Amino acid sequence: MTSPVHETVTTRLNPAIDPALHIWGWEITVYLFLGGLVAGLFILSALFELQKAKPSTSSGMRSVPLLALVLLSLGMGTLFLDLEYKAHVYRFYLAFRPSSPMSWGAWILLLVYPVGLLLWLGNLPAALQLPVLARPMAVAQRWRRPLLWLSVAMGVGLGLYTGLLLGTLSARIQWSSTVLGPLFLTSGISTGAALLLLLPLHADERKTLIRWDLVAIATELLLLALLLIGYASGSSAARMAGAVFMGGAWTASFWSLVVVVGLCVPLAMGLLEVRKHLPLIALTPVLVLIGGLSLRAILLASGQETGFRLLP
Amino acid sequence: MRNPRYVMLVDTRLCVGCKACVLACKSENNVPDGYCREWIVEDIWGEFPDLRAEIRSTRCNHCSNAPCVDACPTGASHFALGGVVLVDHDACTGCKACIASCPYDARYVHPDGYVDKCTFCLHRVARGELPACVTVCPTRTLHFGDANDPHSEVSALLRSREWKVDHPETGAEPNLYFLV
Amino acid sequence: MSWSRREFIQIGSVALGATSLALGGRRSLFGLDSPDVADPHTDGDRVVATLCELCFWKCGVLAHVQNGRVTKIVGNPAHPLSGGKLCPRGTGGIGLLYDPDRLKQPLIRRGDRGSQHYEAVSWEAALDHTAENLLKIKAKYGPEAVALFSHGFGGSFFKHLLNAYGSDNVGAPSYAQCRGGREVGFQLTFGAPVGSPEVLDLENCRAIALIGSHLGENMHNTQVQEFATALSRGAQLIVVDPRFSTAAGKAKHWLPIKPGTDIALLLAWIHVMLSENLYDHDYIAKYALGLEELKAHVADKTPEWAAVETGLSAGQIVDSIRLLAGARPAAMLHPGRHTAWYGDDAQRARAMAIVNALLGNYGRQGGFYLPTKLPVAKYPGVPAYATKPPPAPDKPKGVTYPFADESLAHGLRDASVPGTAAYDIKGWIVYGTNLMQALPEPKKTLAAIQHLDFLLAIDVLPAEITGFADVVLPEATYLERWDDVAVTPYKEPFVAIRQPVVPPMYGSKPGWWIARELSKRLGLETYFPWTDAGQMVEARLSAAGFDVAQVKKTGVFVAKHKPICLEEGLEPTFATPSKKIELFSQQLADAGFDPMPKYTPPEEPPEGQFRLLTGRTPTHTFGRTTNNRFLSQVYSENEVWLNARIAKERGLANGEMVSLVNQDGERAGPIRLKATQRIRPDCVFMVHGYGHESKGLHFARGRGGNDSKLMSRTKIDPLMGGTGMSVNFVRIEQVTP
Ligand SMILES: Nc1nc2c(c(=O)[nH]1)N[C@H]1C(S)=C(S)[C@@H](COP(=O)(O)OP(=O)(O)OC[C@H]3O[C@@H](n4cnc5c(=O)[nH]c(N)nc54)[C@H](O)[C@@H]3O)O[C@H]1N2
Ligand SMILES: Nc1nc2c(c(=O)[nH]1)N[C@H]1C(S)=C(S)[C@@H](COP(=O)(O)OP(=O)(O)OC[C@H]3O[C@@H](n4cnc5c(=O)[nH]c(N)nc54)[C@H](O)[C@@H]3O)O[C@H]1N2
Ligand code: SF4
Ligand code: SF4
Ligand code: SF4
Ligand code: SF4
Ligand code: SF4
Ligand SMILES: [Mo]
Repeated sequence: MTSPVHETVTTRLNPAIDPALHIWGWEITVYLFLGGLVAGLFILSALFELQKAKPSTSSGMRSVPLLALVLLSLGMGTLFLDLEYKAHVYRFYLAFRPSSPMSWGAWILLLVYPVGLLLWLGNLPAALQLPVLARPMAVAQRWRRPLLWLSVAMGVGLGLYTGLLLGTLSARIQWSSTVLGPLFLTSGISTGAALLLLLPLHADERKTLIRWDLVAIATELLLLALLLIGYASGSSAARMAGAVFMGGAWTASFWSLVVVVGLCVPLAMGLLEVRKHLPLIALTPVLVLIGGLSLRAILLASGQETGFRLLP
Repeated sequence: MRNPRYVMLVDTRLCVGCKACVLACKSENNVPDGYCREWIVEDIWGEFPDLRAEIRSTRCNHCSNAPCVDACPTGASHFALGGVVLVDHDACTGCKACIASCPYDARYVHPDGYVDKCTFCLHRVARGELPACVTVCPTRTLHFGDANDPHSEVSALLRSREWKVDHPETGAEPNLYFLV
Repeated sequence: MSWSRREFIQIGSVALGATSLALGGRRSLFGLDSPDVADPHTDGDRVVATLCELCFWKCGVLAHVQNGRVTKIVGNPAHPLSGGKLCPRGTGGIGLLYDPDRLKQPLIRRGDRGSQHYEAVSWEAALDHTAENLLKIKAKYGPEAVALFSHGFGGSFFKHLLNAYGSDNVGAPSYAQCRGGREVGFQLTFGAPVGSPEVLDLENCRAIALIGSHLGENMHNTQVQEFATALSRGAQLIVVDPRFSTAAGKAKHWLPIKPGTDIALLLAWIHVMLSENLYDHDYIAKYALGLEELKAHVADKTPEWAAVETGLSAGQIVDSIRLLAGARPAAMLHPGRHTAWYGDDAQRARAMAIVNALLGNYGRQGGFYLPTKLPVAKYPGVPAYATKPPPAPDKPKGVTYPFADESLAHGLRDASVPGTAAYDIKGWIVYGTNLMQALPEPKKTLAAIQHLDFLLAIDVLPAEITGFADVVLPEATYLERWDDVAVTPYKEPFVAIRQPVVPPMYGSKPGWWIARELSKRLGLETYFPWTDAGQMVEARLSAAGFDVAQVKKTGVFVAKHKPICLEEGLEPTFATPSKKIELFSQQLADAGFDPMPKYTPPEEPPEGQFRLLTGRTPTHTFGRTTNNRFLSQVYSENEVWLNARIAKERGLANGEMVSLVNQDGERAGPIRLKATQRIRPDCVFMVHGYGHESKGLHFARGRGGNDSKLMSRTKIDPLMGGTGMSVNFVRIEQVTP
């Protein structure tokens, strides 16, 4: 029926919708990146302490909850910047809509603040242990273990959410994959680890973290491979969505920034460091952070364009 | 009371792609300059001189299983009378999750900040008038009515004519039918 | 009508009962939410029934006004030509009314003609200056040295003024550049022109053939409505067009004919109708003469012969005419409208009229109906014109176009070059026609203007022609003024009125006021006894016995349907010399022309060039709406269509900007290239009305290409003087960025 030549003309020309959808820019990229990073920070620092069964004494580890909250606030700031109707931002908190990841996210973000604050209070540096803080500190310390578990759960929730937010938008064929949640979670953990590695830590903490980061990076590579295989073996729509990384417009940036710079090089350098007991180079975590940011930026930008309008 | 299911039918055999509907919609609904709630698609298949054409006027599908309603964090996007999908301007944050979730790219951000799209002219329908685009169309391409009423014109047309919907694979269950 | 009313109530009953549900169905959160049925509040506090003037069809519209601003324009369900529905342009009156580029006050030229150097002056000064010049011309050369170029409803007042002044030299580009050839061809055959609105009963037609008429792009409202009604009732469609038009996309047979060869196709169709006995014997026997001559004339015009000429297949030719004739008499070969193509247009129209005659559809249901018109006297009580002016000098000396029944606009133009015509034209009044774009050979227009003593332009926008005027008068738009009473012959005869919706903006004035003020200064005020056109409309309506208040309220009075065809008991009559349908035209023979249409092959395009064809886009009317920002939102610039294979061969990409250069080196563009399968390889197509150059048209200026510039040649129809314009060839140049 359908002959080889097909011409189509559409008269719609709505700003940010046509000729290609581009509603979310750097603000959401930064928000997704920081969200994942914060998730990673919470998960890693909590697991660390749960494993050691005692709070860390390094200034780096002690500042993590506060740092996480600052970063999260920055992320929420860019999210706010993206809102088109800023005066209505409060409407997020007049409803809870279970079908909307955005709504879940809004409420999770609110939960993170008290938990983070309590975690920080529970392990305050000595200089800050003011008398007025004695009572809240005592509470925070009493509930420390449940709080740590909560922090892991919350971190996982937050990390998954940043991926699910895109993954549930099945209208964007490229995003519409179950891999996106786990992928963003792992990427969050690995960027979290990378950021921690840039903080003043004890040597043993550093050593463990490098290993964990390597596991996270390897997992991420695996998940990326799954994602790409998913595209290649899926419907024609999925193949079209995947094609942007395999010969399409985003091929060069995806493979160079995300795969090579963000994952393969850090993996190799990390392995070298662990095997050969080389001193850690600050470059590795920086590369991981660059990779994590690029992953968000590239998926966000390219995915928006993979709508059904590309299909016949 | 029986709940209506409002649908719109687009007779692709008649549509000439003149855009009278697009412009009538703009003035009826005060759609800002440079934006539109509905648009025209012209498809041509084949090579000269063996050609086939299909022209259709299109807009929000008022999906029965609307992903935009699911994606909306505030409930601003919601189902109204007759299954019509509306955006409550006052509840909208402009987060654009609904835009990203719409398989038909039927929405846009109004310059005032909220997200906007076709309303099936519910303000007219509620007072017993047809949508502006249906009223203006010189070729009577567009039909609007209640598909839950077996005696309605749209029900009769859906029974008697062949039809299709846009990308049924989205699972959104569109309520904009194209008569072929 | 009855259909839409029923639908309205059906939905209404459900919805009205459910309104409470709609409004109260969703719980409002803390009273913060808008009601479910968000009303954009574009309904007017006042609604005025008037007539559209975005083109010349004059559909009835209802204009909604809110706090003195027009919010929207919708169709008037009571008006027969709109039936409550509108073409895309009809909604766009707002874009004209609120066009920031409108002419805002009278202007007097201060620099050279064409330098666009003007001084804004008072109405008093502009009118005095105008009258002074008109009186000067009258004294020096006689009143007939002033010509009026006019297109549009409001022009009637200036025609009245000019007639009173003593000249009958009125020309419109809607004759020799448009309908003229068709009207003459049909007049010669059936004794009546097709008229406007065309007397076509399209809705009851079972098979329709279109030759070029691109209904669906050509958006004359009523015709498009009837066309669609016919299609929805299953009418078969045949489209003959070098371009895969919108209508072709709906056709059973698309005949992508080689441009300019239509007469060959028509003769072959007649051949098949006669040889296969597909024509209406009884009808022809009763009403027509010349069948035997016709048979002999087309005896060798076989489908095989025509196939070679037209680039179509013989099979297509035979199948399509069999399909058409199979549905007779409710079958129609649409007569077209813009027929000024190749200079043999009246004869092509004759061939088309003959096909219709053979279908037996003239005066039949689903064919050409016989309209009736309400008797409404012109201006009651106004004296007759004092002088009988000499015939128009609208042809070169020694040339006659014996069948022209209106003045030729381009002929009046050419008569402005001294010594070329019977007498010289010295002054122009240009009302509502942008002669720089509407007339072909724009260089001739420029040259003619340089010879004038005086040029007055009355317009709403700074169109190109206003840049050459000595005085420019800003008319109020159609939404701000009264115009004459429209007395329309139709299926149900009716009268309709245009009434002001809002007061004139800026310093603009209604046409009647302008004409009347001039009449005072020319000593002709007895011809304009009413201070405003509203009073004149009332006087005309009440003299004819109408209920004035009622007509003002609904905008229209529709009389009872009277028989309009044989099926309704009306016997057709033919106002030809023989009182019959003249298949063979003795009139033509006597005047030295072919009594039956002959085919002459068109010129071939030179190597590397394409024949330039033009047409319409649904959202615009010529160049008069291309500055309309509201309408332009959906189509803002024209494109040049080129066959995709040819484009590829020449390394031209779809969407790239190109220039068009014609055989005489005239240029247009830059214009976007549309590389498409939808057109033959030997021609290009563009929509007329773009590529404006006037500085004042801030939106339209420089957008798209101007086809008129590329029409440096015309072929004149020897029967009636029409300017065949599809005789130009262009090549395509890439624009280096
Ligand atoms: N939207 C809109 N509608 C309008 C107008 C407008 O400006 N805008 N103007 C109105 C007016 S005044 C007029 S006169 C009409 C004009 O409308 P029509 O009478 O329908 O126009 P034409 O110029 O006869 O036809 C243009 C078509 O003829 C085709 N064509 C060109 N050359 C040939 C040929 O040699 N043979 C054949 N068979 N076809 C050919 C072209 O490809 C194009 O599709 O439109 C009216 N309607
Ligand atoms: N090259 C080429 N030439 C053509 C054609 C073509 O297809 N190609 N088509 C031919 C045809 S079919 C026709 S009918 C003619 C049409 O030719 P015209 O009717 O002359 O059309 P326009 O050139 O658009 O000029 C209309 C002018 O009227 C002005 N105007 C609009 N409304 C009003 C008003 O209310 N009052 C006054 N005073 N002025 C007003 C506009 O601003 C504009 O300057 O052109 C013919 N010429
Ligand atoms: S108004 Fe009618 S014919 Fe014109 S584009 Fe819209 S639906 Fe199609
Ligand atoms: S078409 Fe898009 S906006 Fe309309 S209801 Fe469906 S998903 Fe929502
Ligand atoms: S932009 Fe408005 S309507 Fe859309 S999802 Fe966000 S809050 Fe809901
Ligand atoms: S139903 Fe109303 S809002 Fe929707 S496209 Fe038609 S005119 Fe526009
Ligand atoms: S056909 Fe369109 S532009 Fe012309 S008068 Fe009617 S509504 Fe107006
Ligand atoms: Mo015309």
